[in-house]
Order: sequence, then C-alpha cells, then structure tokens
Amino acid sequence: MRTIRYREALREALVEEMRRDERVFLMGEEVGHYDGAYKVSQGLLKEFGEKRVIDTPIAEAGFAGVGIGAAMTGLRPVIEFMTWNFSFVAFDQIISNAAKTYSMSGGTVKVPIVFRGPNGAAAQVAAQHSHSVDPFYTNIPGVWVAIPSTPRDAKGLLKTAIRMDDPVIFLEGETLYNLSGEVPDEEELIPFGKARIGREGDGCTIVAWGRPYHTAMQAAEKLAKEHGLECEVVDPRTLRPLDEDAILESVRKTHRCVVVHEHWPYGGPGAEIVDLVQREAFDDLDAPVLRVGSLDVPMPYATNLEKLVLPTVERIEAAVRNVAYL
Amino acid sequence: MAKIIGLPKLSPTMDEGVLVAWAKKEGDTIEVDELLAEVETDKATVEFRSFDRGVLLKILAPEGTTLKLDQPVAIVGKEGEDIAELLERAKSGGGTPAQAPAPKGEAASQAAPAEPAEKEKAEAPAPSREGERVLASPLVRRLARERSLDLSGVEGSGPRGRVIMRDLEKLESKPAPAAAKASATREAPERVPMSSMRKTIARRLSESKREIPHYYLVVDVDAEALVEARAEVNRFLEGEGVKVSINDFVLKAAALALRQVPEVNSSLDGDTIFRHRVVDISVAVAIPDGLVTPVLRDVDRLSLSEINRGVAELAKKAKDKKLRPDDLEGGTFSVSNLGMYGIDEFSAVINPPQAAILAVSAVREEPVVRHGMVAPGKRMKLTLSCDHRVVDGAVGAQFLRVLRQLLERPVRLLA
Amino acid sequence: MLLIRRFEEESARAYAQGKIGGFLHLYIGQESIAVAAASLLREGDTVFQTYRDHGTALAMGMSPEAAMAELFGKDTGCSRGLGGSMHFFDAARGFLGGWGIVGGHVALAAGAAFRNKYLGVDNVTLCFFGEGATNIGGFHEAMSLAGLWKLPAVFICENNQYAMGTPLSRTSPLSDLSVKAAGYGMPGDRFEGYDVELVRERLGAAVERARRGEGPTFIEIETYRFRGHSMSDPGKYRTSEELEERKKKDPIRIARDRLRETGADEAALEAIEDEVEEAIEAALKHAEEAPPAKEEVMMSTVTVEEFR
Repeated sequence: MRTIRYREALREALVEEMRRDERVFLMGEEVGHYDGAYKVSQGLLKEFGEKRVIDTPIAEAGFAGVGIGAAMTGLRPVIEFMTWNFSFVAFDQIISNAAKTYSMSGGTVKVPIVFRGPNGAAAQVAAQHSHSVDPFYTNIPGVWVAIPSTPRDAKGLLKTAIRMDDPVIFLEGETLYNLSGEVPDEEELIPFGKARIGREGDGCTIVAWGRPYHTAMQAAEKLAKEHGLECEVVDPRTLRPLDEDAILESVRKTHRCVVVHEHWPYGGPGAEIVDLVQREAFDDLDAPVLRVGSLDVPMPYATNLEKLVLPTVERIEAAVRNVAYL
Repeated sequence: MAKIIGLPKLSPTMDEGVLVAWAKKEGDTIEVDELLAEVETDKATVEFRSFDRGVLLKILAPEGTTLKLDQPVAIVGKEGEDIAELLERAKSGGGTPAQAPAPKGEAASQAAPAEPAEKEKAEAPAPSREGERVLASPLVRRLARERSLDLSGVEGSGPRGRVIMRDLEKLESKPAPAAAKASATREAPERVPMSSMRKTIARRLSESKREIPHYYLVVDVDAEALVEARAEVNRFLEGEGVKVSINDFVLKAAALALRQVPEVNSSLDGDTIFRHRVVDISVAVAIPDGLVTPVLRDVDRLSLSEINRGVAELAKKAKDKKLRPDDLEGGTFSVSNLGMYGIDEFSAVINPPQAAILAVSAVREEPVVRHGMVAPGKRMKLTLSCDHRVVDGAVGAQFLRVLRQLLERPVRLLA
Repeated sequence: MLLIRRFEEESARAYAQGKIGGFLHLYIGQESIAVAAASLLREGDTVFQTYRDHGTALAMGMSPEAAMAELFGKDTGCSRGLGGSMHFFDAARGFLGGWGIVGGHVALAAGAAFRNKYLGVDNVTLCFFGEGATNIGGFHEAMSLAGLWKLPAVFICENNQYAMGTPLSRTSPLSDLSVKAAGYGMPGDRFEGYDVELVRERLGAAVERARRGEGPTFIEIETYRFRGHSMSDPGKYRTSEELEERKKKDPIRIARDRLRETGADEAALEAIEDEVEEAIEAALKHAEEAPPAKEEVMMSTVTVEEFR
C-alpha cells in the first residue's frame, strides 16, 4: 500500500491504461500543455505526446461527439470535461448518441468511451459551476455512472471504466482531488456495481457517495461517540449499476436507513435508493427512510449560505437520530 | 384489374381523416405519386397521392366525408372495367383485401407485457388488528406476525405512538385472538382508533371500578324553591349578562355541605386518608370523544355568579383543548350533571383518588303531596357514589341530608 | 438508383397501409448522391447520414430485405427492429447510422475520421447532412475540430432547398453555403447533384484529397426531394409548378437518357427494371413474413456489459 492523492490515483489509472492499450487516448480542454486544469493529467503529454493527449478548443459538443465517433470505430477515448457543469452543452451527444447507439443499432455498434471530470460543488463557485450531475446521468439507460470517493476507488474504478465497452460517466470531485488515501501497489480493477462498506455498525445504515460520503463518515463517528450508536456507512461507488444487495443487506441488519447525497432533493439516485429500500426491505424497517441532500435552491455564492445548502454533519446526525428514535 | 383504394395513413398518429377535396374526377387518368385528393389529418391538411396508376373509375367518398383508415375512398382500374362487385364490397364496408388494416392488432400482440411480476403473496392480516389500527413500524409488524404477538394495547414510544422495535420487549407472547365471527353478509364494524385521551379515560375508570368499593345513596330533592330561586336570581342578574344554572346552585350547595361533613371531602393514597381543608370541585365536562374534569377552586367561597363564570371558563378551555395540567389536578370532590340531557337518575364512577362523586339528574315536573294536597311539583334526584373505604354509609347519608336541606331552602346559598 | 426509388415508393405505400410507423423520410429525387458516394468507398471507410438514410444504406449494399424488415419493425431488420426508418446501421459495410438529431452526428463523423488519422490508415469518412443542419452549434463545433485537426473526412451538405418546410432563404444569410468552408479552414465545393456521374467526379476529388491526408472538404450539393419532409408533411410551402419543373431534373431520368445515348438497348434497361421489381417484391415479402422484433434483443442491447 502507498498513500497518494486522489488526483494522482486518477493519473496512475490513465497512465497504466494508456500504456496497456494503444487505442486509449485523453481528449479535452487543457489536458495537454497545461497539464490539466486540476493537474490530473500532469505529465501525460510528455509521456504520450500530442497524438494521445489532445488539447481541444472550447467545444464540448464537438469533442464529446468526436470521442463518440472514435469509440464507434474502435478507439477507446477518455473525454475530460473541465467540470461536469460544462457537459450540459454536450448533453445531446451523450444522451442521443453515446447512450443510444448500441441499442439503436440492434447491438451492432459499441461505444466504449469514458467521460470524466469533477462533479458537484467546489468552494464558492456559485450557481452555474456547482452542479451535482448524478441525477441527470443516472436516469439514462445505456450509460454507467461511477462516483468514487477515495483515491483507491478512483483508480480502480477508472481502470475498469476504460476497459468497459459502454459509455461511462465518471464523476470525480474537485474537493476530493487533494484527498490522500491508501492505494494498493499491485494492479486493482474495481468492478462496477459493488459497494464498499466504509464503516460497520448495526445502529443505522447511511448510504452516501462522492464528497458527502466523508461528511457521513464524520457524522457516524460523532453519533458513535455521543450516543453510542454505531452506523454502517455504505458507499455504492457506482450509481449505475447500483449495488442493491449491499444496501439491502445492511438495512436488514440495522432496520433503518438514511441516504445522503449532494444532488437536489427532487428525484435522483437518492430517491431511487429510498424506493429500493421501501420496496425490498419494507418488513425490515423500524422507521421511515430519510434523505439528506442539498437544499432545493441554485447554489449561492456566499460561503455561509453555501454551507447551509450542502449536507452537513449536523443534518445527517439529526436524520439518523430521528430514525433511531434518539 | 380494378381495386378499391382505402384511406392511407398520412400522419404517424392519424386514426381517421376528412376528405377535404378531390383533385381528380371520375374518368381521369392517374399516375403514381399524382395528387388524388386533400385529406385533413390530425396534424394538417395533406396531399393524398396515388400509389397506383390507372383510371379513377368511381369516387366512393364525397368531399367532406370523415373516413377511418383504409375505409374505401375510390375505385381505380382500367377504363370500362366492370366494378359492380367492388361496389358491392365497398358498400358492405369491406376494404381492399390487399390492405388489411393490421397494425393495431399487430402492435397489441407485440406489446403484450412480459409481466405480471411476482405478486407478493397475500399475507394473513396482522393479528394485532382488532378494532383499532395500531401504528407500528413495518419491522414490528413483521415480527408480531411471525411471533403471533398482539400489538393492540401496546404503547408505542415512537412518533404518534408508533410501536417500534424497542417496544416489542413489553409484549407478552400471547396467541392471536380468535377472529371475530363476522357474518359474511353483514358489514364489518368501523374501526375507530382510540385517542390517547380515550385510552386514559378507559384506564382510569377501569381502575376506579376495579379498585374502589363503590356504594350509592339516592335522594329525591324537592326542587320547587330551587327553580324559583334560580329565576329570581337571574332576574336580579339581568343586564349583567350572567345566567346561573341549577348546576351552579348544586355546586354551591355541595361545597357548603362538604364544609359541614368534611369526611366526604377526602382522598385516599395507600393507607392514608387526606381530609382536605379546601373545597375544590372537579366538574365533569363532556367534549368531543371524551370527558374531562377540570377543577373549580374554593367553591365554598364563591358566589353563584362566580361559580357560573368559573365553570363556563373551564368548559370553554376544555372544548378548546387549552386546559393546563393544573386545571385538572387536585380536585377534592366531583360533580357530574346529566340533567340537561333529561336523565332522571344515574350514578357516577368515582374519580380517584377522591372519595365521592355526586350525580345530578334533571328537574322533573311531577305531582307532589304538599300540606296533604296533591299539587304540581318539581323534583330532582341526586346520587352520591362513595368509596366505602373512606366514607361510611352514615357519613354519606349525613352529607346528602345537609345538601338536600340547602337545596330545598336555597336562600341559604345566597347568604 | 432505381432500386432506391422503388424501395421508397413501396415503403410509402406500406406506410399508408399502416405497416410502417413513426417517421418515414424519403430520399426520392436525391438518389444520385448516395449512389455516387457509395461508388467511391473502400473497405474501412465510414459513412454517417441523417434520418433520411434509406438511400445511402441501400447504395452501400444493404440488402432491401434488411432495410424493409427494419421499416416493418422486424427482427431481421438492419437494426433488429430497434432503430426503424431513422436509425439504419450496417457496421460491416461502414454505414454508421442514420441519426435523428439535426447536426448531432457531424461530430461523430469527425470522430470516425479522427480514428482514421489516429490509426494512420487511409480511410475516409463521409458525413451527410441537410442545409438545415448548417445553422446548429453542433455542426459548427464538429467542423471547427475537423478543420483544426485536418481529419480525413468529406462533409456533404445535401441542399434539398427546404429545412423541413422552410426555404434556405429564410434560414441562412448565404445562398452559397460552400463559403462556410473557409471559416473552418478547409476547401469548399458546390455543384448540382442530378447527374450521378458529375457527382461521382467532384465528390471523388474530395475523397481522394482526404485519403492523401490533406484534410477535410466541405461540399454543398444542390438537390431536391420530390416528396414531403416526412409522410405527414403536406408540402404546402412549395408549388406544384416548382415540383413539376424540378422533376425534369430527376436523376433517374437523366441516367436513363444517358444510358440510351451511350448505346444501352431498351431490353437491357427493362431487364434492370424487372430485376429491381423482383428485389423489391422479395423485400416486401420478407419483411411481411419476418419475425417481429424481440424483447430479449431490446433488453440485452442497452449496454454491452451486463450487471444484472
């Protein structure tokens, strides 16, 4: 095991997969000469050259589409969005083309492509640059959605994503790039659809992914210390496919469930998981399933308001105490 | 060979169309893709172009006709062809045999869903459901089902009294009660959940009847003077907006009687009798779905109009659900009055830990013997329920005698 | 060309009979372009077309059976009944789709051309679109990237004069769209598309240029669709006089006249016609009898990986 940062873990995944497979290339804004807007692709241009680390103009619809066309004809592109907020101008390419081609062609044309970049709020970047896009992309059949919260998951999942034959939406976190964590020395491919248990317990299940996973872990520690309630924190790691079994198994043990997410409260994977739990574990529930998400407002600029909008330890704690009748 | 031309599908969603105008007339020659007619579909007025070449032998749908898909529109063929048979077929509603309107049925058969998904097996109703709905978490319901536990009567500690896993410990394992023998042809009773107030009343009254050795003393009071006094007082109070009731007189009289026979103004706690030095009377007030007994303090010292006001205030608070705990606590004696409902006689259940309760019935008009003569009179029955552990029969009788004297000579109450 | 024409005439009839649903966009009048383009292709070349895609797919060798079965929503269709009229695919022959969102596939074609360059092969990618697409953002971004990276592609604007029902004069400040090429740093060309041999010659030059690695070309071909935008289009935006005038330039009529002039005898032409009729009849019969599209194909082709 080595301790590295989340961005380094992603970089290792890219480097290893590009060395392994000539067909893999990285394309996006500032990925080459600038070494990546968030330094994920630092040094890649030097090793792989301009043929495989390709700077693009500001034309997301264009280069997303170029990636899809290249994938249709046998290459394995990794398309970087500087942030997922900019993917909206390429929405049509992802939804109408990447996600549909395999089905629409009767299973004859594959689109092995990875779209990746930072997702969710950063710090005070306000309404247009703070979207959690997971609800938009998880709604689409035809793509897989990964959202790693730790360096190890980031590396293992990205390597898997690049080798998959379908379009993958890979959601990183700007505030996670600096996070340090252990990553195995040997190669590790983390399968999609397998959750990780961040913390075991029998008091209450907390399902959380991406940045709020860490907030949930803090809340769990606090609840253990102050109330003696041991929460089990389940990180699905991929939202499509969703590890339904892991979530249900945990809920059947704890009899209560709180879902924590950064996306807005209306719909989305948060609501999807609540639906799953009430449907499949109804007779195991001792309390209603609650959710903690961002408030239903565009992200404000002011830091005090931003903190109000995002899920906090306090809100998670309150939700858990509510379902645990504490 | 001549054939019937049916109305084509000119928009993806059309089911019928209106033939707006013919571009050709009978006898005209037609080429493939040549304009035949204009048809108004659900989307627009569109051109109906021919798929066939030949001569337009017969127009079957005049302009303005609304046609279903594939309904005959015209007959096309070679000049001079015999179309009698086709005309017959068109009239009988038959379309073109080559153009069987299949899409609907085909679509339906393809769309047959792979369902139904497994339906959950119908569960036997939870044994806890007997006449009331128990709020319980799904987990508790399942465990109760599996262990044959009866959840009714279990006090839930969750929100709204929800029975949660923690409360299961309080459950005794007991077999499910035999299902009520409801006749299949009769309607099942409405299930009305007990409110928490109802539950409290139920518990306390059961306790009272079970624990307290009740006995009852009845007197029939001559209420002639009482009724007159009340009328007199109310005439006096006219303009002040107060109107005293018979019950106010009874309260006042009871309070004074309690002063004279203080043994009745007692309560019991374990082995100790508390003989109260104040006269605080609990007044039974009916409210929707229940009964409360707020306390009127120092009744012996209040005037009739003060009593009237005090009772009215308490009754209003009770109906508005604004009674505070100290409005309800510390009564030394209770009065329950069903006179306004025309009840001739009844007895009440003691309100523990008090020692007695007075049941007040209606004033009745009936012939009485006065000075040896039968005359129209007014009577009222009073029933005293006593806790024999505290109040002996003689003491209770003495209290009633004093009370009766006060009510029959009500002028003493005005002193 | 005749095969395409007859295929579409009969698909229009089948549509009117309710055997084909959804949208049906006919290529009638534009067949010369598809046929000329297909004649220039080699193995490994790729082609992207709009939803008006039957002609190009057939020109590239898709069997009329597979095409008609697709229109009928049958399992033996070229997209197994999942795509329909707008989404023909024939990956084995390099036909990578009919695409339904205007301008959305232009970047895909750039991507396929990117692949040609990335792998260092001399394949080219052809991308067809209507003049209506030249106003949408996706077109602009894709053309910019193709020009920037000198991708081996030919972008072919089939200017059939109407973006659905709106004439070019009301959608573009330009009457000559080929001047747009300059904005993307690539050469432009512009010619009429009624004579299949002329189309082949001019298109061929651009294809060769791309093969030599000299980058993309933007070509505007003037053409005309004889039918409405789709089957539910009443076509009120043009006069019947205009239509009749245009029909004089019917590519099939021109080709037939050329063949007669160059000595083909009438019997040979009739033999071709008979052959086409037989093929179309067989296609209709096949489509009629083929098994319907299958649920298991639908469920198993959402993604390649199967997680549950």
